[in-house]
Amino acid sequence: MSERLWNILVDSFGKILLPGLTMTIPLTVIAFSFAMVIAIAVALVQYANIRVLKQIARFYIWVIRGTPLLVQLYVIFYGLPGVGIVLDPFPAAVIVFSINEGAYCAETMRAALESVPVGQLEAGYCVGMSYLQVMRRIVLPQAFRTAFPPLSNSLIAMVKDTSLAANITVMEMFMATQRIVASTYEPLALYVEVGLIYLLFSTVLTKVQRIGEKRLAHYGAQKE
Amino acid sequence: MLEVKNLRKRFGELEVLKGVSLSVNNGDVVAILGPSGSGKTTLLRCINFLETADGGELVLDGESFAPGKAKRSDIARFRRKTAFVFQNYNLFRNKTALQNVTEGLIVARKTPRARAEEIGRKMLEKVGLSDRADHYPSQLSGGQQQRVAIARALATDPEIILFDEPTSALDPELIGEVLAVMRQLAEEGMTMLVVTHELSFAKSVADQVVFMEAGQVVEAGPAGPFFMFPREERTRAFLRTISGESGEQPVDR
Repeated sequence: MSERLWNILVDSFGKILLPGLTMTIPLTVIAFSFAMVIAIAVALVQYANIRVLKQIARFYIWVIRGTPLLVQLYVIFYGLPGVGIVLDPFPAAVIVFSINEGAYCAETMRAALESVPVGQLEAGYCVGMSYLQVMRRIVLPQAFRTAFPPLSNSLIAMVKDTSLAANITVMEMFMATQRIVASTYEPLALYVEVGLIYLLFSTVLTKVQRIGEKRLAHYGAQKE
Repeated sequence: MLEVKNLRKRFGELEVLKGVSLSVNNGDVVAILGPSGSGKTTLLRCINFLETADGGELVLDGESFAPGKAKRSDIARFRRKTAFVFQNYNLFRNKTALQNVTEGLIVARKTPRARAEEIGRKMLEKVGLSDRADHYPSQLSGGQQQRVAIARALATDPEIILFDEPTSALDPELIGEVLAVMRQLAEEGMTMLVVTHELSFAKSVADQVVFMEAGQVVEAGPAGPFFMFPREERTRAFLRTISGESGEQPVDR
């Protein structure tokens, strides 16, 4: 490796990592938090079979899962100004990623809720608990445990998907890399470098997932 | 204390309960016997509103409850006085043995935690599981889980406990420990309504026996005469098959 290329890589590492810490991670954390709120609400109205809300939930999931994330980003950021709604890049990205991820996580949560045996609810009723008490103390904790690994999956996928936000001018890691490439003409080395930084982020999250699963595993294997 | 009057239930085309009546006196152990598919479990579930009966009446402590018309608060009040032990234990999987026992006290009855845990430990001791208080259900055997479930039922100080085939899911060698706990409760005067296939348990513990078949009560009465001199031919045939005299098992419908 030439000394020039080495210097470019060393010099760019901080320039790529910094937007990772100030953009990619905050975008992921904020959007995923909103996505979880959406997911739990959307899953619960389906689980509780609330008629009109359930249909709205199914419609939401149908539309969001059926259209590309990139198209959703363009509609919100480049499309909405047409009707007078102008958003800054970062808030626009938060909105799109929250809504998009919420739809997928809602399905994960719904499946997890449905995996809790009905006998758990009945036992709760029989000791005098109300529906809400049973949901909060018995069903949701068990569902969350089941949902934890697939939700971790979604989170890891989202870290990488945030690179699409470059398309709506969010100055995140990928866009930062593109800029450096434009001035140095070293696409191979630099794109591999940013890939490795994404890999680093994912690896950290995978470790966190392991720890989380261990802590949740305290009540042993789930069985009937 | 508990009176069931003309309870009817239908699942689609199938009429599961065709007007079932029975009464349980204070301190009595009433065993419900009958072949599979006779509606025993449905009857028990209708009594505790886990299923809503299509018609009939329930009277608990002189208060009448009409299935289908009972409001949520009525059902809550009814359940507050009763407890249910399931065939599959249904222990809360995310709670320890002790938490299973105290959950209803703390959450539904607002008992202070310290007091609830005191009661919980006493109940676990009663079923012989003091040393398993911090175990999760997955760390307990079937028999131990069912004993925790009985402790959970006892904790809320119910007037009557409904048992739905409490030993049917257990390995044969674990049945004894659960029946021993139930026998002890009976001796202490607990009012119990027990759906069971354990003939010897019914014979030795039950005060009253109700024999059901095809959604109807065929014969009911004090346990002694019931087993010695069953009046109905259907009862005799059932007792013969289940006690193995004919060498056949009852047909599982």
